[in-house]
Amino acid sequence: MTELHTVELTVNGVPRAANVPARRLLSDFLRHDLGLTGTHVGCEHGVCGACTVLVEGAPMRSCLLFAVSVDGASITTVEGCTGPGGELGPVQQAFLDCHGLQCGFCTPGFVTTITAYLDENPNPTQDEARHAIAGNLCRCTGYQNIVASVLRAAEIRREAGVKT
Amino acid sequence: MSTRTLGEPIARREDPRLLTGRGRYVDDIGQGALEVAFVRSPHAHARIVDIDVSGALDVDGLVAIYTYEDLDGRVAEPLPILIPHPALTHGRAQHVLAKDEINYVGEAVVMVVAADRYVAEDAASLIRVEYEPLPPVVGIEAARQAEHLVHDDVPGNVAANMVQERGDARAAIAAAPHVIELDLAIERSASTPLEGKGVYARWDADDASLRVYSATQASTSVRSAIAAKLGLPPDRVEVIAPDVGGGFGVKIVHPWPEEILVPWAAIRLGREVKWTEDRREHFVSAAHERGQLQHITAGFDDDGRLLGLDVHIWHDNGAYTPYGIVVPIVTSTQLLGPYKPGAYRVEFDSLYTNTVIVTPYRGAGRPQGCFAMERTMDAIAARLGLDRAEVRERNFIQPDEMPYDHGLIFQDGRPLIYDSGDYPATLAKVKKLVGWDEFEAYRAQALADGRRVGIGLACYVEGTGVGPYEGGWVKVETDGTVVVATGLTTQGQGHQTAFAQVVASELGVPVEQVTVVTGDTRRFRYAVGTFASRAAVMSGNAVAMAARKVRQKALRIAAEALEADPGDLEIVDGVVQVKGAPGATIPLSTVAVLSNPLRYAFDEETKRATQFATVADPDKPPVAEGDEPGLEATGYYSPPRSTFANGMHAAIVETDPDTAEIKILRYCVVHDCGTLINPRIVEGQIHGGVAQGVGGALYERMVYDDSGQLVNASFMDFLMPYATEVPVVETDHLETPSPLNPLGIKGAGEAGVIPGAAVLAAAIEDAEGIPITRMPISPSELYQLRQGHAAQEERP
Repeated sequence: MTELHTVELTVNGVPRAANVPARRLLSDFLRHDLGLTGTHVGCEHGVCGACTVLVEGAPMRSCLLFAVSVDGASITTVEGCTGPGGELGPVQQAFLDCHGLQCGFCTPGFVTTITAYLDENPNPTQDEARHAIAGNLCRCTGYQNIVASVLRAAEIRREAGVKT
Repeated sequence: MSTRTLGEPIARREDPRLLTGRGRYVDDIGQGALEVAFVRSPHAHARIVDIDVSGALDVDGLVAIYTYEDLDGRVAEPLPILIPHPALTHGRAQHVLAKDEINYVGEAVVMVVAADRYVAEDAASLIRVEYEPLPPVVGIEAARQAEHLVHDDVPGNVAANMVQERGDARAAIAAAPHVIELDLAIERSASTPLEGKGVYARWDADDASLRVYSATQASTSVRSAIAAKLGLPPDRVEVIAPDVGGGFGVKIVHPWPEEILVPWAAIRLGREVKWTEDRREHFVSAAHERGQLQHITAGFDDDGRLLGLDVHIWHDNGAYTPYGIVVPIVTSTQLLGPYKPGAYRVEFDSLYTNTVIVTPYRGAGRPQGCFAMERTMDAIAARLGLDRAEVRERNFIQPDEMPYDHGLIFQDGRPLIYDSGDYPATLAKVKKLVGWDEFEAYRAQALADGRRVGIGLACYVEGTGVGPYEGGWVKVETDGTVVVATGLTTQGQGHQTAFAQVVASELGVPVEQVTVVTGDTRRFRYAVGTFASRAAVMSGNAVAMAARKVRQKALRIAAEALEADPGDLEIVDGVVQVKGAPGATIPLSTVAVLSNPLRYAFDEETKRATQFATVADPDKPPVAEGDEPGLEATGYYSPPRSTFANGMHAAIVETDPDTAEIKILRYCVVHDCGTLINPRIVEGQIHGGVAQGVGGALYERMVYDDSGQLVNASFMDFLMPYATEVPVVETDHLETPSPLNPLGIKGAGEAGVIPGAAVLAAAIEDAEGIPITRMPISPSELYQLRQGHAAQEERP
């Protein structure tokens, strides 16, 4: 039998645990062991960015991490990017406002990436907004409305008085 | 709250779910199902000598291994040729698992079913297949030379040869004052949705029924194909396209081998089975498109008017032709764009190669046709020293010539007749948007600054909304909400919003009250699919027709209740009221209750419809003859032929004099897709199409080596544009309603991609002064072109 390891994580603020083989990818762990299918897998070689989650607040490709390697970490997925009452968070609301998504498959990776980015740079220029998302692939939107979503999300955060 | 949202850029109804991780794509469902991995051929052309599975048998968690020998009944027969055509004289389709011979790298040989994908891949890696390699045919040139054959029984590697002609093009060219010849090439790219394919099947032995979830663009037809292949009554098979992560054409092909094998194994094993395509599998075993060589001969007069056009196309159809010859037919007909050559002859050879199959990818042959025609227009202008826009305008079909019959047969077997369009108006708009007439001043200024810039223009006409039909079902529930179902599928086009807008507007209810279901055979039984920019045209009109029937019925029932004439009634915000008499009202929810005479009341509302509550005429049946209970209706829309959208793109590029880097400075789109349901969604479709057009023009290509290996089968090596590669798209719309359908809609899905290669080739050529005849073009290729051009210039 394959040896199993207990992986304990805090996901979206909730302690979660599962026994998995050492080779279980974090993306599969989240999706299949924890049932958090919002994180999507687009290439499994770290290029498309659909599987991006926040590990201790930093965006990382969950398809390039073993679940065991982040044991004990705090993870934020797209499900955790909502507001405190479960309403759309600033980045999610911005995507809705700006038609920043079409098929929605790459979207979770953009939402997590932008969430982390705006913590770092709350007032991006148009050009900075474009570069902020330049590590994620989208095949539907041509990115124009995603760039607009970054700027709109920054605006929503400012309106809501998120500390900058 | 206004109920008239048709034409409004409202936010999408599907987004909150997709934005919070509550989407349901195939791999998100069926947790706990057995999972599948395939052993795929590493050879492009080979005979299978032996398959040894013994090494895999001890893998813990292995459930089953299947090879061709295990297949039974019609599952063992080749897949269908989905779109037969008289010119497709040598159509060939593959088996779901290879039988004896392999024809491309990636063809499935062995299916492994195991506890999960990790284990399935473990087992697959231990299976040994012995192959006898055969000489591969790679590339159009090799296929055309036919030194080796892909299929022994297909002479010359020619799957199909087809000629269409209007007038005597060759005579017209011979008599023309000027003649040019062009040799053009377009390389392969692919749809490349972010979600690959996926199939999940569960067999209910007690109920003798099968449910299949597939990331497909055609769930209804997948259902028919599965029923036929597995020998099941169609009404025991349900196929659902759940949320689908992009399609762009590749998911219209069906049944994919996996769509047969996964349900087949689920029944055989009595277990739930799922297969999720990984990225490499998608590259090597899904489908590609675009690869063509073209030879063009054009005869024209001193004004640049096309007198005769003779085009020969060599189309790479890959190893098999399950989707027929739709792509080269579309190229050869849509090549004409907004123009009317005096005479036209087009011939294509659709050729087999030992590579992944070729089936429609967004644009479906149109980008190649547009490239051929627009390069020709630019070449004519160059030869005569005329303005490129002027030459185009002189060749336009004029608005007063509509409907315009090209005298050819389109991809749907119907005459190629344009229904409407105002091409001079579109051109005027795009010239204004990009600043066409001011460009020379800009160029001079740029040159003075040591910068090299160029401008290009490309025009297209797109046949959209092909038949045969789509249907829609609309029902008002007793709580006043409205449910809509249509059979075609959704892969990000916003159907849950657009169709809700149509129905809300037709019925007079708030759009928030309307929910839409697509691509689920349990909810709507008849459908064709989502392709050819047809969904808004076909299902948009179908749901409108269903909604109109519902409205009529609602007014009739309400008229009885209000003792008014139906003609005096209107529906506003979900309430039926007598026009001008605001007191006399009845909500649609109540009308829905009254529409269904009841014996049993299950809540306060339904008491009103029970037999002792109504004042119905005791001598008449509660449901009148010819009537049906319920406030619901089904409608179908079936057009005589396609409706033709059009558009024009203009781009300004800058090329680096040293590095040959190509930068797009401006990208302008003017587009006419008739009546807009939701301008924001249409605009989004154009943005995405342009991004794929830019990818196909500057970055994306499928690089096969001589042995038939796809050497860039990953996102690391296949250069799909990121945000930094895609320009800001400036758009403007014209709305010339289609006379062919009640809503006046034309399709918009593919528009953005069609002129990409043509417009960027034109702009690069304009910047460089070197003919651009092959796309895509990379900086290193442009650099080499410069070197070659300079060497030519130096020659005495």
